[in-house]
Amino acid sequence: MQVLTANNSFTEISIYRDPLWLRLALILTAVAFIVLFLCVPLILVLTEAFAKGFSSYWEALQRPEAISAIKLTLLTAFATVPLNTLFGLCAAWAITRFEFKGKSLLTTLIDLPFSVSPVISGLIFVLLFGAQGWFGEWLSAHDIKIIFAVPGIILATLFITFPFVARELIPLMQEMGYEEEEAAMSLGASGWTTFFKITLPNIKWGLLYGVLLCNARAMGEFGAVSVVSGHIRGLTNTLPLHIEVSYNEYDFVGAFASASILAGLAIVTLILKIVLEWKQQAATNTA
Amino acid sequence: MSILLKQISKKFGQFSALQDINLEIPEGELVALLGPSGCGKTTLLRIIAGLESADSGQVQLNGQDITHQHVSNRGIGFVFQHYALFRHMTVFDNVAFGLRVKPKKQRPDEATIAKKVHALLDLVQLDWLHDRFPDQLSGGQRQRIALARALAVEPSILLLDEPFGALDASVRKDLRLWLRHLHQELHVTSIFVTHDQEEAMEVASQVVVLNHGKIEQQGIPSDIYDHPVSEFVSRFIGQTNVFHVEKEDSQWLEHGGIIFDDPQGLVAHVRPHDIQIEKAETVEQSPIILKDWQHLGATIRLELSKIAGSENIVYAQMPNEQFKNLNLTKGDHVLLQIKQAHWFN
Repeated sequence: MQVLTANNSFTEISIYRDPLWLRLALILTAVAFIVLFLCVPLILVLTEAFAKGFSSYWEALQRPEAISAIKLTLLTAFATVPLNTLFGLCAAWAITRFEFKGKSLLTTLIDLPFSVSPVISGLIFVLLFGAQGWFGEWLSAHDIKIIFAVPGIILATLFITFPFVARELIPLMQEMGYEEEEAAMSLGASGWTTFFKITLPNIKWGLLYGVLLCNARAMGEFGAVSVVSGHIRGLTNTLPLHIEVSYNEYDFVGAFASASILAGLAIVTLILKIVLEWKQQAATNTA
Repeated sequence: MSILLKQISKKFGQFSALQDINLEIPEGELVALLGPSGCGKTTLLRIIAGLESADSGQVQLNGQDITHQHVSNRGIGFVFQHYALFRHMTVFDNVAFGLRVKPKKQRPDEATIAKKVHALLDLVQLDWLHDRFPDQLSGGQRQRIALARALAVEPSILLLDEPFGALDASVRKDLRLWLRHLHQELHVTSIFVTHDQEEAMEVASQVVVLNHGKIEQQGIPSDIYDHPVSEFVSRFIGQTNVFHVEKEDSQWLEHGGIIFDDPQGLVAHVRPHDIQIEKAETVEQSPIILKDWQHLGATIRLELSKIAGSENIVYAQMPNEQFKNLNLTKGDHVLLQIKQAHWFN
């Protein structure tokens, strides 16, 4: 009992015990911020989407433009997420397993899409593949459309979402080291076997987490896609672009109905993110 | 199987890790690669394993050139310093791994694998841990599992990188003896890397001393101890007193009774147990005093020094009994006699 009392008095005088009013003020500020900037908009999206009842909500999502936007968004994610998973794995592997010149430069360059404004990223592709761009003449001579077409949207999204998987894996693989892989190979395992039986099981939660973030961004990207898409209704509008167009035309139900889909995606992503973080934590704790 | 290394060299950038290494290891030996940290011993082991490639030179296994063979085809067993057990697999799966990744035609069926894994776990006396995960084991247990895993593929040679480096002293002692016995049982040609000379002398049937990427000496432990070929080996293996005979310290040694009748070089290395001590009758007889002494168990270590300026300390060592008979106390003047010295230039 005496030890316990001693412990208690120790925490009382601990420097982390700020006065009650300060603690309350800080907690309230944080909660108010979250309510104001996250919960209120989310509720607003849903109330606006259902303002004219469920049937008009459903009807707004049934429109050809909305369906085409959803399809294009899914197609974009379907094309970019697997590719970037592969690229991310390659980049993380190269950076953590090999020594080569310019490695630190490569590590920095992986972050480039994060540090460049998405609009600039989109413009790069217009400057490269647009009608007046470097490859513009050659492309039009061969009747290949990239800008203001689906390939441009996929390219821009690829660029924007490139860092997610690599960024997630590099620290994880650095921490893991390569002794286990060497051990597997010394026991006769081939490179592929080593990857699938040793490396992948150790990084799987981190990898899934990276893929999840990559997917969320691929579906939600606005800036870069907006520049390269050309906003051709029913053809090159993704969900975020479709929301903007509907809103600008005072079609609030249509805009917010589509927005509710993206919001739903965000919530699902958040929940999965928590689950994956928890799994990864558990995995590193046992290591 | 016998191992032959021919003119192995390796550089890391500007740093020359290994220079022109020639080494022959006959079948069935248990060899220690001994040297201070950074001497290239681990690099050499990794080159033999195929985990690292040499810049030049050749690695032969039983007369066959395997220099360019991938590590997975060399048929070696490698035990890593930090064990490198697969953390997401049980002990059983760890040991079974090498058997399960064999090409389909050579792969035994699960029943045979299970039998073999349990036999190996019995060999390392840890079968009762077969369903645990590596993080539930102690350091010594992990070490033995790592060894069982390496032995599962029936390697033609066994390579161990600082096998006892990460263990505490008492576990290390036990495992050393155990490894020696295991080797006597299995007779697989084995090489282990260590920086601990005591460990090398105790476990190995042959010791290779490395320094600055070069082999200083190779031989059986007693040879290396009794006939060191260089100053480095003499200093590195066991304790030794260094006398620069030509320099000033020769005089006070002469006064103290240490007379090198027949100098065969500039530097004499004398083991502490090769110095014989007598109590001086009078103070004038010798300028050397007993400064301090330590009890090392079966023997006593004596610190001897000149009266003024104690920077020159000579260590002597003798059995307990003998020390008692001499009836010495701190500050007594003593006479020294050297039974044996190794000479270097």
